[in-house]
Amino acid sequence: MIKEKTTVIRWRELVNLSLLFGGGLLYVAVIGMVVTFSGRTMIQGVAGSVVTIGGGLLFPIPDVPGLTVGRLLMFAIPTVLGLAVVYRDIVPRNLTTAVVGGTAAGALATVWLGLLVIIETALLAADLSLRAVFVNVSPNLMDMLLYGQDLFAGLMLLLATNVGLAILGASFLIIPTRPRRALGYALLLTLFVGLFGEIFTQILRPWLGNSGIRVLFRSGALTTTGIAIVFASGLLIGWFGKQTRERQKTWVDSLPREQQTRVRWAQVIFSVLLLLVLPWIIGTFLSEVATTVGIYIMMALGLNIAIGLAGLLDLGYVTNFAVGAYVMAVLTSTPPDGSGYGLSFWVVLPLCLLAAMTMGFLFALPVLRMRGDYLAIATLGFGEIIRILAISDWLSPLLGGAQGVLYVPKPELLGFTFGGPQTLYYIILVGVLFVLYCVWRLNNSRAGRQWMAIREDEDVAEAMGINLVRTKVLAFTLSAAAGGLAGGIFAAKLGTVFPQSFNVFVSINVLSIIIVGGMGSIPGIIVGGIFLVGMPEVLREFAEYRMLLYGALLVVMMLQRPEGIIPSAIRQRELKAHREDDSPPTGPDEAHLGRSGTSITT
Amino acid sequence: MTEFLERFSWVSLFLWVFRIVVILLIVVGTWNSLSSGKYTSEQLFSLTTAGLTQGSIYALIALGYTLVYGILLMINFAHGEVFMAGAFTASFLATWMATQGWLVSNPFISIIVLLLFAAGISTVVAVLLERVAYRPLRNAPRLVPLITAIGASFFLQYTFRGFYGSGFRSYPDVPVLSQNNFFLFGFRIPAAQVFVMGSAFFLMFGLYLLVEKTKIGRAMRAVSEDKEVAKLMGIDIDRVIVITFMLGGALAGAAGVINGLYRPQGVGYTMGLIPGIKAFTAAVLGGIGNVPGAMIGGLILGVVEALGPNLVLDGLGIPGSNQLKDAIAFTMLVVILIFRPQGILGEKLAEKKA
Repeated sequence: MIKEKTTVIRWRELVNLSLLFGGGLLYVAVIGMVVTFSGRTMIQGVAGSVVTIGGGLLFPIPDVPGLTVGRLLMFAIPTVLGLAVVYRDIVPRNLTTAVVGGTAAGALATVWLGLLVIIETALLAADLSLRAVFVNVSPNLMDMLLYGQDLFAGLMLLLATNVGLAILGASFLIIPTRPRRALGYALLLTLFVGLFGEIFTQILRPWLGNSGIRVLFRSGALTTTGIAIVFASGLLIGWFGKQTRERQKTWVDSLPREQQTRVRWAQVIFSVLLLLVLPWIIGTFLSEVATTVGIYIMMALGLNIAIGLAGLLDLGYVTNFAVGAYVMAVLTSTPPDGSGYGLSFWVVLPLCLLAAMTMGFLFALPVLRMRGDYLAIATLGFGEIIRILAISDWLSPLLGGAQGVLYVPKPELLGFTFGGPQTLYYIILVGVLFVLYCVWRLNNSRAGRQWMAIREDEDVAEAMGINLVRTKVLAFTLSAAAGGLAGGIFAAKLGTVFPQSFNVFVSINVLSIIIVGGMGSIPGIIVGGIFLVGMPEVLREFAEYRMLLYGALLVVMMLQRPEGIIPSAIRQRELKAHREDDSPPTGPDEAHLGRSGTSITT
Repeated sequence: MTEFLERFSWVSLFLWVFRIVVILLIVVGTWNSLSSGKYTSEQLFSLTTAGLTQGSIYALIALGYTLVYGILLMINFAHGEVFMAGAFTASFLATWMATQGWLVSNPFISIIVLLLFAAGISTVVAVLLERVAYRPLRNAPRLVPLITAIGASFFLQYTFRGFYGSGFRSYPDVPVLSQNNFFLFGFRIPAAQVFVMGSAFFLMFGLYLLVEKTKIGRAMRAVSEDKEVAKLMGIDIDRVIVITFMLGGALAGAAGVINGLYRPQGVGYTMGLIPGIKAFTAAVLGGIGNVPGAMIGGLILGVVEALGPNLVLDGLGIPGSNQLKDAIAFTMLVVILIFRPQGILGEKLAEKKA
């Protein structure tokens, strides 16, 4: 399907796409993202303000403090729109059309926001406000949208910014490849460093000293010097990066085989060493984040057995997490009145696994004969049952009811206490590596192949002599084990266990990691875990929109890239085959669509 | 006999033990509470009517699941959010109506306007959902639209949280409903319950007529029977599917207002999840894909949920039994899946592994 290169602007598509992106702008504004995210400044001072006023207009307004994440969000949308119209060949790739197309796109994308601003201003004049219904249409938002100006001037600024950015975005693809890559790298790197400015400040402080840091960052945002340095290094990386990598690769390839393996070993040893010293490089706060990420990666790897390998959509994965956590908490808790069992962490940890596996086994039996989508909702129900039971008065003598279980001691080994996040990190690292090893081995085992077979086609798998119930129960049980392990470590890490922390969001969180990373893909899950769990922890403002982001990601990934960001080879082949096959459906599930399934019988 | 023993694997053994335990627990619990004489017949009657009332709300939502399932063989997981969208949005209109005094002066017209408004909002959400999240995936492997549906569900929840805030609202008081009572065999039934059951019955009857007697209803039945053949007969499948989503959405939106007028508290962005799962339970109970089944399933679920904690759990000596009310519905889902996965009126579907 090669589209012919256009020579004229396809106006209808341009209008549709621009209005859609404009809708996106309106959405992020009304939903409150813009204002919430404007709490974090990325680029300080005048430089930030210049960027903020941005796009086509290069005059600084003094009361704009700098480029905030909220602003960036508002800028990103018209810029991406500009890129998209050229990328999709809606606008031909030359300067005149890019300017014309960009202008039109930017202007059209402003329509909805413009309406919002005008309506709200009119309502305010009549002593009313949209805020009575839409809580986030606040005076703050109006100030941001109108750049603190009155209606007309503000609207013009808004329009000019959007148009300017859309033109910039549209012209970007016209730049020749190499400088474009360099520029792209530089921009992304600057934004990245600006976004995670606080983190960079923390990491770099021991190396650069307080005065050195102050040159680059001020209160977590890049200074003008900082921008210059980061941008320049981005340019260099972008300009030379690809060549250097290629040269390295040809160098390694040219080596004799023995030395190649040696290079690979060196890489492995280096990464292991890096993992080992990581908590001491990144500091306490990031270690804390890393432990949380690790716990989620453990769970995601476990759930991946059920979803990614065996194709069983389990929405109650939090159950296993909760079982592990409660077993750990109840058995190791040492309240001051001496009522707890007070067992050792290391004794209880295998019990957490066992308990979760038993639970997974018992749940699996009744529901596994069901259809896949029944399974999803039944497991979701299980998750809720567990939470309700944990809160209830009935089990509170054992589980502590709504107060949860307190006084869970930190793990100890030979007199050494894993007290802080920097030491707990090692326990979690070992846990993750253990699960990783098991999953990796399972992937290529007989059971792994059986799971993949039933995921593809249950009927055929059964005909090949695979015992469906046994295989599914095995998948469910093993998948539960990882959840139990994660739960046990979680309880010890936190020191207390509350029933409210085991809600459906944990399950959805883990599911998102798998979907975004790629079903059945181990590297994908690790990367997905780091991004989806790490980012909201580091950027606190995101936490509020975390579930929104996950929900959107699940939809977008399924629509655009069902195989995930780092797809597993097999999975990718299947999904591609499904997509490109336009002929009448042949799979068992699709075939069923055609036959008489259920009907609306009255 | 040997054949029987061979087929009697350990899985079925486990399931049989489970079945017997469930029945024993229910019988013992009920017997204990009834023989202890803790509940007067008046209390039991009011619990039952409350259950039927709640059940008719479940039934209205369950119809959305069942209609879509009948046609697409897909669980529209985000249907609970469609219900929430209507209920949440209409609460603003209701509050405004209350400040204008319409709920006192013209209660019935106001309620009808509210119902239509919420149904409209929910219809829009349902149609958008179909257009954006489900239509492009109609031929994808089955897990894919299900995951999209879950994503869409959370996306909608948090979108409405962003729109209207994270606080909980409540519907205004409608004196006609809250202050009147009806009497049946000497037992009292609050007017609100009569209103809920009456309007639910009315809506369901309308849906029944639509599916059975109209041209579009016939098209829907044809599509659910066999898509390919229906297409050959000149039925526009896309149109039928959109109309199905519209119907489901409208019923869910109306259910949102009915629910709000009956139980005014707790209108917020999370209000859709639990009723959604419960309505799904009701749909499965009645036999998913089956319209009368969803109605019956909803009513039964409502009654079981109302009577269960007091009758069974109390009888078993479990304290704080009303806290476990939600758990009852979910346990029931599992129990149905074990006892009769095809539901009360459903065809044998589980065996087909559709």
